[in-house]
Amino acid sequence: MLSHIPLLSLMIWTPLVGAVITLFIGRDGHDNRARWAALITALIGIIYCIPAYIGFNNQDFHMQFQELHPWISVYGINYALGVDGISLPLIFLTSLTTLLVVLAGWQTITFRIGQYMASFLVMSSMVIGVFASLDSVLFYIFWEGMLIPMYLNIGIWGSENRSYASIKFFLYTFFGSALLLVVILYLRIHANSFAITDFYPLKMSMHAQIIVFLGFLLAFAVKVPMWPVHTWLPDAHTEAPAGGSVVLAALMLKLGGYGFLRFSLPIVPDACHMLDKWMIVLSLVAIVYIGLVAIAQVDMKKLIAYSSVAHMGFVTLGSFMIYSIVQATGDVSEAYMSLEGAMVQMIAHAFGSGAMFLGVGVLYHRLHSRLIKDFGGVANTMPVFATLFMIFAMSNVGLPGTAGFVGEFMVILSAFQASFWVAFFAAMTLILGASYTLWMYKRVFFGSVTSAGVDSLTDINMMERLYLMILAAGVLFLGIYPMPLLNMLHATTGHLLQLSLVSKL
Amino acid sequence: MHATILNLTLIIIFLPLIAGLIAGVFGKTVGRDGAHWVTCTGVAISFLLSLVICKWIYIDQVPAFYGNFYTWSISGRFQFNLGFLIDHLSAVMMAVVTFVSLAVHVYSIGYMHDDPGYQRFFSYISFFTFAMLMLVTANNFLQLYFGWEGVGLISYLLIGFWFKRESANLGSLKAFIVNRVGDMGFLLALAGFICFCDSLDMHTIFSQAPQLAAQSFSIFPGTSCSVVTLLCILSFIGAMGKSAQMPLHVWLPESMEGPTPISALIHAATMVTAGIYLVSRMSPLFEYSNTALSFVLIVGATGALFTGILALVQNDIKRVVAYSTLSQLGYMIAALGASAYGAGIFHLITHAFFKALLFLAAGSVILACHHEQDMRKMGGLYKYLPVTYISFLIGALALCAIPPFSGFYSKDAIIDAVGMTTIFGGHYAYYCVLIGTFVTALYTFRAFFLTFHTTERFDEQTRSHLHESPWVVLIPLIVLAIPSVCAGFILAKPFLYQTPSILDGSIFILPNHNVIAALATHFTGHMQHLLDSFHTLTLWFAIAGIFSAWLFYQRMPNLPAKCAQRFKILYTILIDKYGFDRFNEKVIVKNTRTLADFSFNVADVKILDGIIVNGAGRLVTWFSSVVRRLQSGYLFHYALVMIVGLLGLLFWFIY
Repeated sequence: MLSHIPLLSLMIWTPLVGAVITLFIGRDGHDNRARWAALITALIGIIYCIPAYIGFNNQDFHMQFQELHPWISVYGINYALGVDGISLPLIFLTSLTTLLVVLAGWQTITFRIGQYMASFLVMSSMVIGVFASLDSVLFYIFWEGMLIPMYLNIGIWGSENRSYASIKFFLYTFFGSALLLVVILYLRIHANSFAITDFYPLKMSMHAQIIVFLGFLLAFAVKVPMWPVHTWLPDAHTEAPAGGSVVLAALMLKLGGYGFLRFSLPIVPDACHMLDKWMIVLSLVAIVYIGLVAIAQVDMKKLIAYSSVAHMGFVTLGSFMIYSIVQATGDVSEAYMSLEGAMVQMIAHAFGSGAMFLGVGVLYHRLHSRLIKDFGGVANTMPVFATLFMIFAMSNVGLPGTAGFVGEFMVILSAFQASFWVAFFAAMTLILGASYTLWMYKRVFFGSVTSAGVDSLTDINMMERLYLMILAAGVLFLGIYPMPLLNMLHATTGHLLQLSLVSKL
Repeated sequence: MHATILNLTLIIIFLPLIAGLIAGVFGKTVGRDGAHWVTCTGVAISFLLSLVICKWIYIDQVPAFYGNFYTWSISGRFQFNLGFLIDHLSAVMMAVVTFVSLAVHVYSIGYMHDDPGYQRFFSYISFFTFAMLMLVTANNFLQLYFGWEGVGLISYLLIGFWFKRESANLGSLKAFIVNRVGDMGFLLALAGFICFCDSLDMHTIFSQAPQLAAQSFSIFPGTSCSVVTLLCILSFIGAMGKSAQMPLHVWLPESMEGPTPISALIHAATMVTAGIYLVSRMSPLFEYSNTALSFVLIVGATGALFTGILALVQNDIKRVVAYSTLSQLGYMIAALGASAYGAGIFHLITHAFFKALLFLAAGSVILACHHEQDMRKMGGLYKYLPVTYISFLIGALALCAIPPFSGFYSKDAIIDAVGMTTIFGGHYAYYCVLIGTFVTALYTFRAFFLTFHTTERFDEQTRSHLHESPWVVLIPLIVLAIPSVCAGFILAKPFLYQTPSILDGSIFILPNHNVIAALATHFTGHMQHLLDSFHTLTLWFAIAGIFSAWLFYQRMPNLPAKCAQRFKILYTILIDKYGFDRFNEKVIVKNTRTLADFSFNVADVKILDGIIVNGAGRLVTWFSSVVRRLQSGYLFHYALVMIVGLLGLLFWFIY
C-alpha cells in the first residue's frame, strides 16, 4: 500500500505548501497563526518519517520509494526521486531540525515571524529535495534553491554584520557550485542521461576523472567546509539567528559530505583513489589546525562554528580513507567502518553542534551577546540549562555514551589501518576538542557571577526546555544505541564501497 | 549459574546508575534525605551482591563468567559488544569499589551536610560508582573505555564541584585535559587492537599475544618494534594519565580542590587505580614485551620515589596525602613492571582501604577546623579528635608498611619482587622503591606530628568550636580502619604466597618472569614472615623515616627551616615540583595558545580571509571599476575604439 503513496514528494512539497500558507495567514500581524501553521507543517514532516522508516528495507541497497515522471523530456530531464540508506537518515534529520528551529524561533523571533518560519519551511523542502533527487538537474535545482532562504534568513534576521555575512555566504557557496553544473552537463553528454545512477557505470579516462573530481570537489568542499575554503562558515554562523545557525550546522554542511558520497566516490573512483592522500591531509588539517583556531575564539558561536569544521573533518577523512584501508588490508569488509563512521558523524554532528548553537541562542536571547567574556558563572543562575549544555559539550568533546563519540571513534579506529600517523593526528581531537569546548564551558558557566547581566538571568522556560531536551535525548540515544542508524547504513555502504573500489578506466 | 551471574552483575552495576539518576533528576522532589537514602541504599545493595559474587568465585569456585549482554554497534566485520568478564580479578575489584564507595557515601552525609549542592553531589558519586563498575567488569575494551571516560567525566565534575572557586575550575579543566592526553594513547591502542586483532574483545586479543609479539611494526621509518610492545605502551600511556604517573601526574594534586570524600573515593581508592587494573588485565600482552615491562617498571619506580619526596614540602594536609597517593601508585605500577601483578593488585586493595581512611580522617580534621587545610594552623589535635587521631595513625602505619598493618604485606612483596626482577631497569627501580619507604614514612609522620602533636597553632575561635566529628563521619573511619589493619594478614597468603594464587586464573605470567612464585617458595607462615621483616632493609628504612619525622618536627621543630635554608636549591626545586607545572604552563599551554592565536588571527583572518577571499572580492570590484570606464556612453569613445580596432585587424591581416 505504501508504494502507491508518493511519500518523498509529500515530504518535499508539504513544507513548501506550508510555507505559503504560513506566509499567507501570518500577514497583518497574525503572528500566532503563523507560528502554529509552521509548527503543524513541521509536525506533519515528522509524521511522514514514520511510514518512511517502517517501509524502508534495510537489506536492500537499491533506491527505494522511487518516483519517476518525465519533466523536461526534450532534454531527458526527469522528476526522479528515491532514497537509500545514506539519504534517508539525512531526510529524517532535516525534518527533525525543521521542527526544532520552529520551536526555537517561537519566542525569540518577534520581527516578521511568519516570513522567518516560512524561510525554514522552504529550506526544509529544498534540503529534502537534494537528498531525495535521483536526477542530477533536479538535484542541482534544489542544491542552489536552498541558498535563497538561507541567504534571506541571515540577511534579515541576523545580527549587526549580517549583510556582509549573507553576501559572503551566498557568493562563496554559489561560486563553489557553479562548476557542479558544468560537470553535470559533461557527464550528461557522456552518459546520455541526467540520472545520477546512470553516471555510475560510465567509463572515463583518468584525465577526465580528475577534472570531474575537481569540479565536484569545489562544490562539496565549500559546503562541508574543508580547509582552506571554510572562511564563509564562521561569519555565516555568527551573524545568522540561532535557528539559521542550526540549519547551517545540521543540514547545510551535510550536503557537502553527502555530495562526496553520492557523486565523487562512485562516479570518479580512480581520481578519488589517486587524490585520496590530499583529501586525507586536508581533513587532518581541518581536525588539528581548525581545532587550534577554535581555542583562540572569543565568540561562542565562532568557536562552535570552527569546532564544526573540525568535526566535519572526520566526515571527509572517513570517506576518503577507504582506499588506503583496502590497500593496507586487502579486504573490503575492513573499510565499512570508515565510511559508516563518516555517515554517523554527519548525523551526530547535527545533534551536538545544533544543540550547542541553540544553547548559545538561549544566552544571546537573554543578554544579546555572544562573547565569552560577557558571561561567567551562568551555572549559578541557570542550573538546568548548565546541565543540558554540559551534555552537549560532552558530545562535542566526543565522550562515550554521546552521539559525538560514535563517528569519531569509528573513524579513528579505522584510521589506524590506513596509517598510524593518520590515526595519531585524528586522535588529537581528543585533546583539542576537550580544550576548546571545556575551556569555553568553564569561562561561561563556572565561576562566581561576574556581572549584573548574568545575575539577572532566568533559567530556561518550558519551550526552551522542550527543544533542548529533545536534542539531549537524541545525543544520548545515538551514543548509547547507534544500531538503528547503522542498520540503515550497512547495505548502502556495501554497495557504495563496491562502486567506489572498482576501477572505471 | 551463568545467567545468574549476568543478572546479578547487571543489578550491581545499574543500581547506582538508577539511584544517581533519581538523586540528580528528581533531586528537588526527593529532597536531601531522599537523595542520600536512595544512593546509599543502591550502593549498599551493590556491595552486598558483590560479596555474593566474590563468594561464588572465590569460595564456591564457580568458573569465570565471560559473556555479552548488549551489541552496541556492528560495522563491516567489526562487532562491538558490551559484556562482562567476572573472574577473580574483577570480582575483588567490584567488592573493593562498592565497599569504599559505600563508606564514602555514608561519610558524605556528614561531610556535605551544609552544602547547597547536596543532591548533585550524591548523584555524581553514584554515577561514578556505576562508571567504575563498568570499567572493572568489562570483557572488551570498548566498555572499558566507556567506563574509563565516564569516571574521567565524573572526576572532572567533582573536582569542579564548587564551581564558584576559580582554583577548582582550573583544577578540573587541567585534570580532564591531562587525562585526555593519556586517553589519546589508549584510544590509539584500541585502534591498534582493531587493526591487528580485528576485535576489541579481550579473549580474542589476548589469545593472539604470541603472534602479535612476532609481528613487527614501524612507526618512524627505519625503526621497528613488535606490535605487542606498541600496543602495550600505547595502553600504558592511557594508564599513566588515569593513574597519574610522571609526567602526566600533574592533575592529581590539583584534584584536591574537590570535596574530601571525592579525594578519598576517586583520587585515591578507585579511579586512579584504573591504570593498574588495566595493565593487570592486559598481563597476557605485557608479558610478551620486555620493553613495555621495563618502561612500566621505570616509570612506576621513578614516580614512587620522586613524587613521594614532593610530599615533604607540602603544607596542605590533603596535598600531602595526594602526593603520597602518587607515590603509592608508583609502587603499584612498579610491581606490574616486575611482573608481580598479584602484588600490584594486592597493594591496590590495601591502599584503597588505608588511603581512603587517611583521606577521610584528614577530612574529619578539616571539618573540625572549619575547612582549614593548612597544617601550619593545626597541631595538638589528638586531644580534641581522639577517634580521628587513632584512625589517622592506623592509616599512617599501614601506609609506612609497618607490620602487621595491611600495607606491610603488600609493599614488602612489591619491594622484594622489584628486587628480584631481571628485566632492564630492575636495579634502578629497586633503589627507588627502597628509598621510597624512608620517604613515605618521613612525610606521613611529618603530617601526623604536625597535625595531631606539636604545639597548638590554631586561633581561639577555632579552638572554641573544636570537637570530634559526628558519628556518620566516624563510622566510615572505623569501618575502613578494620581492613587497614587486618586485610594484609588475611589476604597475603591467597594473593601472594600460595600456588596457584587466587589471581592466577585472571593473570598470565611467563614462567621466567614469575617473581611472585619465587617469593612464595620462601614463605613459611605468617609468624615467620613477621619476624623475618626485622632482617630486611625495608622495615628499618620505614622506622628511620618515622624517627626522623619525630626528630625534625616534634623534637627539634626549628630543624626543617634550617635545612630548607641550607639546601636552598633543593628546597626550591621541591617547592617548584620539579618544574612540571611551570613547564606545562610556560611551554605547552602558552605555546599552544600562541599557535592558536596565530592560526586564527594571521593564517585564517589575515591570509585566507583577508587576502584571498576578500581580496578576490576586491579584485572583482577593482576590475569592474576599470572595465566600467570603457562604457562611458560617449559616441566618440566608441568610434575611436572601432577605428583602432579596424586598424588593428587590418594590420593583422596584412602581416
